[in-house]
Amino acid sequence: MPPAAQLIDATKKYGDVEALKGVSLDIELGEVVAMLGPNGAGKTTSISLLLGLRKPTSGKALLFGLDPTHLDARSRVGVMLQESGIPAMLKVREIVDLFRSYYPKPMGSDRAIAMAGLEEKANALVKELSGGQRQRLYFALAVCGDPEVLFLDEPTVGMDVEGRRSFIERIAEFANMGRTVVLTTHYLEEADQLAKRVIVIDRGLVIADASPQEIKSRVAGKRVRFKAAALTEKDLDGLPVTSSTITDHSVQLLTNQPEAVLRELFGRRIEISELEVSGADLEDAFISLTSHKGTA
Amino acid sequence: MAAVTAGRAPVGPMLARQTWAEFLKLWRVPAFSITSIFLPVMFYAFIGIGQSSQVVSPGVRFGAYFLASMAVYSVANVMIFSFGISVATERGMKMDVLMRATPMPPWVYLLSKCITAVVFAAMTLVVLFPFAYLAGGVRLDADVWVTLAYRVLLGSIPFIALGFAIGYLSGPNSAVAVINLIYLPTAFASGLFFPKQLLPSFIQSIAPYLPLHFFGQLGWDAIGAPTDESVTTDWLYLVGYGILFFAIALWAYRREESRKFS
Repeated sequence: MPPAAQLIDATKKYGDVEALKGVSLDIELGEVVAMLGPNGAGKTTSISLLLGLRKPTSGKALLFGLDPTHLDARSRVGVMLQESGIPAMLKVREIVDLFRSYYPKPMGSDRAIAMAGLEEKANALVKELSGGQRQRLYFALAVCGDPEVLFLDEPTVGMDVEGRRSFIERIAEFANMGRTVVLTTHYLEEADQLAKRVIVIDRGLVIADASPQEIKSRVAGKRVRFKAAALTEKDLDGLPVTSSTITDHSVQLLTNQPEAVLRELFGRRIEISELEVSGADLEDAFISLTSHKGTA
Repeated sequence: MAAVTAGRAPVGPMLARQTWAEFLKLWRVPAFSITSIFLPVMFYAFIGIGQSSQVVSPGVRFGAYFLASMAVYSVANVMIFSFGISVATERGMKMDVLMRATPMPPWVYLLSKCITAVVFAAMTLVVLFPFAYLAGGVRLDADVWVTLAYRVLLGSIPFIALGFAIGYLSGPNSAVAVINLIYLPTAFASGLFFPKQLLPSFIQSIAPYLPLHFFGQLGWDAIGAPTDESVTTDWLYLVGYGILFFAIALWAYRREESRKFS
């Protein structure tokens, strides 16, 4: 069986700008994959190629082994895009029913609306929805066809922390039905919470493709946090750290040798408080990956 | 209609849903639905009723003549506006991008808009005809009412293509202005509001080549008024304009495709 989604040495140029510089990846059915990278890294371009919204300049994009514009392929895919509009004068249930009619085996409209948490707004016009509710409606439209693969391009952009948390739970609920989910994000904790595989894209290239755990282990493994009065960058010279951040009196260090770092700090007689040593999360890993691109 | 390809949604129900959605989108915008349905009636009330019984040519009263004018005006108006503005607006909102990513074939989208436009056009006639009968005292044979209705509905097809072309060539904010700038002057120049003889001579010289001129003649001929050209000539010109507008629309559509989706 062909992979659910596939890029084969795909490049994409917009005029003189090379958005993708040769990306190959296979996404198998049942995988939950996060594409991670800063703005302009090529995440949205990758998704656009996989959905047939853009054609690769060279190389190939395939959905279920077919051209992504093939309706047989599209019938198995649900999509949530950035910055796409929907008619303001339709009611939530009307537009969900409309999108359900595009798919061969849609889920019930009540279920799709409930998965997006829009039960109370089912009979509201789209123009009456708040930004967050509209974002959830896009989610309902993406899942209402009961697709095998769900593509989500920056699904939580512009949401507050609480909105983002509950939205992640909704995506996880769908993924737990055994479905394939491909999402792009630059919120790194989202990738860590949802995905079993993280593809890091930077400047049009895949720079890492592994589980969140592997990515974390590949770079600075521990995070050392503490508070210290009147500490400057100079006090940290020569410590075995991969990065350091000082904000007011809080210090954060990323390192693979936390013991050596602490020994050295105490040796320099620096007064510290609220010491905390923990495993680095994906965000820390990401900073290291993109700033040491050559070695990653 | 029940042609089901394995793994795809049946097209019949999809087209029905899409058409219903297109209808609701327009119906719920009073700026479109009210003006397109009641503006022709209002024009008829202001211009047509007062001189309804005046004889404009042997056996033809102004009430019937102006009814044909307004039928042509309102149907062409619906075709250009419903298509032009909805296409331009939806492009502006990037709705076309999301639709593009769904398994809905683009022709379903276009056909649903055509059906909606025809339904709206028929609705304007359903309001205009009884109004002319009751308020304007227009009495026509049954077959004349029918001929007028089918001619204005069939003859309006080139204007669907024109609206489609404008929708793809103008922006969401400029579409209304572009349409008004094209449609209103040509409606006047084609004699839909007052006789061409009252127009400046340079307009009179281009008027006989305008698509609305031929469309208008189809309507006037239906109620028995004399026209410059034969009905066959009118149809031939409208077919020609139809092909031209469809070609422009297709070119504009392709241009958009290659910009946005390549």
